Amino acid sequence: MTAEITNTTMNILNQVLNGDVRAAAKLIRGIEDDIPEATAAMGEIYLHSGRAHIVGITGAPGAGKSTLLGCLIGEFRKRSKKVGVVAIDPTSQLSGGALLGDRIRMQKYCTDKDVFIRSLASRGWKGGLSRAAINTVHVMDAMGKDIIFVETIGAGQAEVDISHVADTSLVVLVPGMGDDIQMMKAGIMEVADIFVINKADREGADGLRISLETMLDGSPRQHEISHHSGINDVSPETPPDPGAHRPDEWRPSILLTEAINNKGIRELADEIERHREFLTSSGKLAERRRERAKLELTMAVETTLRSHLQKTDECYLDTLIDDLVQRKTDLNTAALKVIKLPTEL
Amino acid sequence: MFAERVLEQVRKGMKRWLDEVKKSTGNPQTRARFSTVSDLEIKPVYTPDDIKNLDFERDIGFPGSYPFTRGVQATGYRGRVWTYRLFSGFGTASDTNRRWRQLLKDGETGLSTAFDFPTLMGYDSDSPRSRAEVGKCGVAVDTLADMEALTKDIPLDRVSTSMTINPPASVLWAMYLVAAEKQGAGWDKVSGTIQNDMLKEFIAQKTFMCPPEPSIRLISDTIEFGTKHVPRWNTISISGYHIREAGSTAVQELAFTLADGIAYVQDVVDRKKLDVDAFAPRLSFFFNSHIDLFEEIAKFRAARRMWARIMKERFKAKNPRSMWLRFHTQTAGCSLTAQQPFNNVVRTTTEALAAVLGGTQSLHTNSLDEVLALPSEFAVNIALRTQQIVAEETGVINTIDPLAGSYFVEGLTSEIEEKAWEYIERIDKMGGMLAAIERGFPQVEIANAAYKFQKQVDSGERTMIGVNKYRREEETPVELLKVDEKVETEQVERLKETRRIRDNRKVAQALHDLRAACKSDKNVMPYVIEAVKEYATEQEICDVYREVFGEHRDPGFF
Amino acid sequence: MTPERKVRILIAKPGLDGHDRGVKIVARGYRDAGFEVIYTGVHQTPEQIADAAIQESVDLVGLSCLSGAHLHLFSEVARLLKEQGAGDVTIIGGGIIPREDIPRLKEAGIKEVFLPGTTLEEIVNWTKENVSPK
Repeated sequence: MTAEITNTTMNILNQVLNGDVRAAAKLIRGIEDDIPEATAAMGEIYLHSGRAHIVGITGAPGAGKSTLLGCLIGEFRKRSKKVGVVAIDPTSQLSGGALLGDRIRMQKYCTDKDVFIRSLASRGWKGGLSRAAINTVHVMDAMGKDIIFVETIGAGQAEVDISHVADTSLVVLVPGMGDDIQMMKAGIMEVADIFVINKADREGADGLRISLETMLDGSPRQHEISHHSGINDVSPETPPDPGAHRPDEWRPSILLTEAINNKGIRELADEIERHREFLTSSGKLAERRRERAKLELTMAVETTLRSHLQKTDECYLDTLIDDLVQRKTDLNTAALKVIKLPTEL
Repeated sequence: MFAERVLEQVRKGMKRWLDEVKKSTGNPQTRARFSTVSDLEIKPVYTPDDIKNLDFERDIGFPGSYPFTRGVQATGYRGRVWTYRLFSGFGTASDTNRRWRQLLKDGETGLSTAFDFPTLMGYDSDSPRSRAEVGKCGVAVDTLADMEALTKDIPLDRVSTSMTINPPASVLWAMYLVAAEKQGAGWDKVSGTIQNDMLKEFIAQKTFMCPPEPSIRLISDTIEFGTKHVPRWNTISISGYHIREAGSTAVQELAFTLADGIAYVQDVVDRKKLDVDAFAPRLSFFFNSHIDLFEEIAKFRAARRMWARIMKERFKAKNPRSMWLRFHTQTAGCSLTAQQPFNNVVRTTTEALAAVLGGTQSLHTNSLDEVLALPSEFAVNIALRTQQIVAEETGVINTIDPLAGSYFVEGLTSEIEEKAWEYIERIDKMGGMLAAIERGFPQVEIANAAYKFQKQVDSGERTMIGVNKYRREEETPVELLKVDEKVETEQVERLKETRRIRDNRKVAQALHDLRAACKSDKNVMPYVIEAVKEYATEQEICDVYREVFGEHRDPGFF
Repeated sequence: MTPERKVRILIAKPGLDGHDRGVKIVARGYRDAGFEVIYTGVHQTPEQIADAAIQESVDLVGLSCLSGAHLHLFSEVARLLKEQGAGDVTIIGGGIIPREDIPRLKEAGIKEVFLPGTTLEEIVNWTKENVSPK
């Protein structure tokens, strides 16, 4: 594919940049389904993205992520921000179909022209984030959304997950679900910028907060791993003041919410904005975005190679495979041959 | 219930019988598995072994005595036949008033109101949300003026009225009480029921307005008000009907309904500090009667026994009436078919029989056309006659709880009870019904059961005559009731006129006072009544609720 | 190897009735047949449904109504979709709908109406035959 911009691409680009929801939605659909026109247009879109604040929201099923997100949309709309939402639900391994039900808790904002909600099926990317999902974020970004939320079930397990893409990562926990331990095992502690204890009116909210504080005090992010982190190590009456840390250090904050009663939402929105300001002022934003670009480049290379492999002449591949079976050539040499041929690459 | 020696003999006999059956018939059964409509497996034959743990005195006893398995009334239907109560309402208040008076003339003994969707959801007829829904599925009531037209020339001190109304129950009840008062019927005389059961709405029927917590508070307000001022009124009808219609099994219907009941009683005790015996006798229930005859009978009997135990053991009630599970029954709408609709008469008859053999206090029989549209007068008449034939011709009312002692029915009663207790224990562990609803537990259980049932029907494993078996291409045409499109415009006009002639300053003041009451822990009922008297509209009052308490939205559990 | 395209479906209940037993079964049936289904829940306005269909760029919108307001509500959804340039989205409906209303619904742009007693298989097969990714 050459860099020549076709009329179709220009049309799509202009519509998306003008915030046309129908065009953007169709483009996203095309990306999901790997339609060549969409892939081509995406190249242009990419050049116009990179402004939005990307916020990841993860947590166990039942943690109330969608309800919380519904509240956050309302709060950021009050602050005159244009909001994008990408809600990812798993594809059924059995049927290949998916039931995408996150949107239901945000439907209230569906008719608001400055809110764009899009559900995606994971389509086999397990806990991870598909390229389509990342591109959906870019499309919303190019449309002019100020803040884009990406809701997923897992993080910290897959090779590429939302924490690699988000500027700010929220991890939603619920007291008494025992998911704090699960989350720790899954490596979620390392990715969170903000912990949200939702359903905080439930018994055990304080206990969960204390154990999170304890873990944070001993987390690698603090560069001081503690080997005896029991509840007694922390004095709950004096929670560490996040502001007291070094200006280039972010201590993950812990916020309590009751999404169902719209409680704690304003404070959470404040904290999300404060994190973004921190990223900018500390230079971390540029750092994170470099990491993201690198990651996306890696993904793009992988995809390009894979699609190149799929397009490679089968007879030619057969010859190579014969050579491999007969041990006339080695894997590395064969692979290089595939990549180098045809010359157009 | 039996000596161990007898049970030994029974077990030996059973084994012998099974062996013989197997020997004499190569393929003894037409199906691998026989089960109820709720998919509860049923044995080929029941024996004393199946009721060995029952104790006559403790578990069965006599009608009118604890644990009321055999009925709450000592005299059963010999003392008084159940109330023939047909759910009806359509068009404007005067349309429905006309139908009501006809029904009473035909021998109906209690009224039951179907409201249209805007009324059910707390919207006025001129709200944009009400477009095309006014008067469609029931009667439109916006203000006291409509309630007065609805009850015109009906002696409210003598006829009891049931109102299927939930989020705005307090409002419609207030309208009824004021209309009665204006008619000269004192609150000590009026009787009837408001459904007023929000938990089952969150679980199953999805007619909701405010979030669960304040919804419960409004219910406790009405229960308290009824206890103090309207002694003959049933302030809640704790309903399993809609849970079943949403696709639950019989066990789930029973368990979730009783768990809802527990939540309401607990809230009134905690919030209002009322003695349980002060209000519990006015709690009533509402169940579904589905097509599986014996499963339903067993369910009703288990329900009475369980509720009696809950009230006595859990809530320490002393008055036997607090332990009574009095219930209304409706035959299962979801069992009816659009295909060959006249067959529905047979289904409804069977279901009515189950309700009667299960000891219901009040019964609605569905009309044959209910799956197609609102019932026509012709269809309603057959439905009413069905009840009258069961009561007055068949002789099933001659003896009380005629199936007691049946190995099968007693065994099934105990089995359903046991399974329902398991659910209640799980809900208790979650922290009660509100917490369970919040995590979607009953919703998901029901959705799973509904999906499973549909799959069974689709595969032909479960028969629905006319749908997946014995189909016919030609359908017998049925004449359907059509609600005139003019109803909406007329009703909107009426509403505008009411708004024009009332004292708007007084309305605003009454709503202001109501708002303050909602924000405090005062009982809202007196304030709702004041607002209603000034002809505040239903939506004006509900908007105060929405403003103070917030709006609930479908969380869509699967 | 051609990339796999999936039919995307929006399932919604317009109006005030909350009887969601049927739609939920249909949504689940679609998922189990390999479709991607977005469920928007009960009490939706036609505006919400049309906007969601566009944001989700679905191929099919399935509507359910048991309150008797289907003529108005279904037609509104069809009109709004057309108005916003999404007239190519297929719309189907179900619920308690008198047979005699079906011609009027089809005229308004509802492609097919499924009445009580329809099996999941019938709905899924119809969809496979009549709807493809756009």
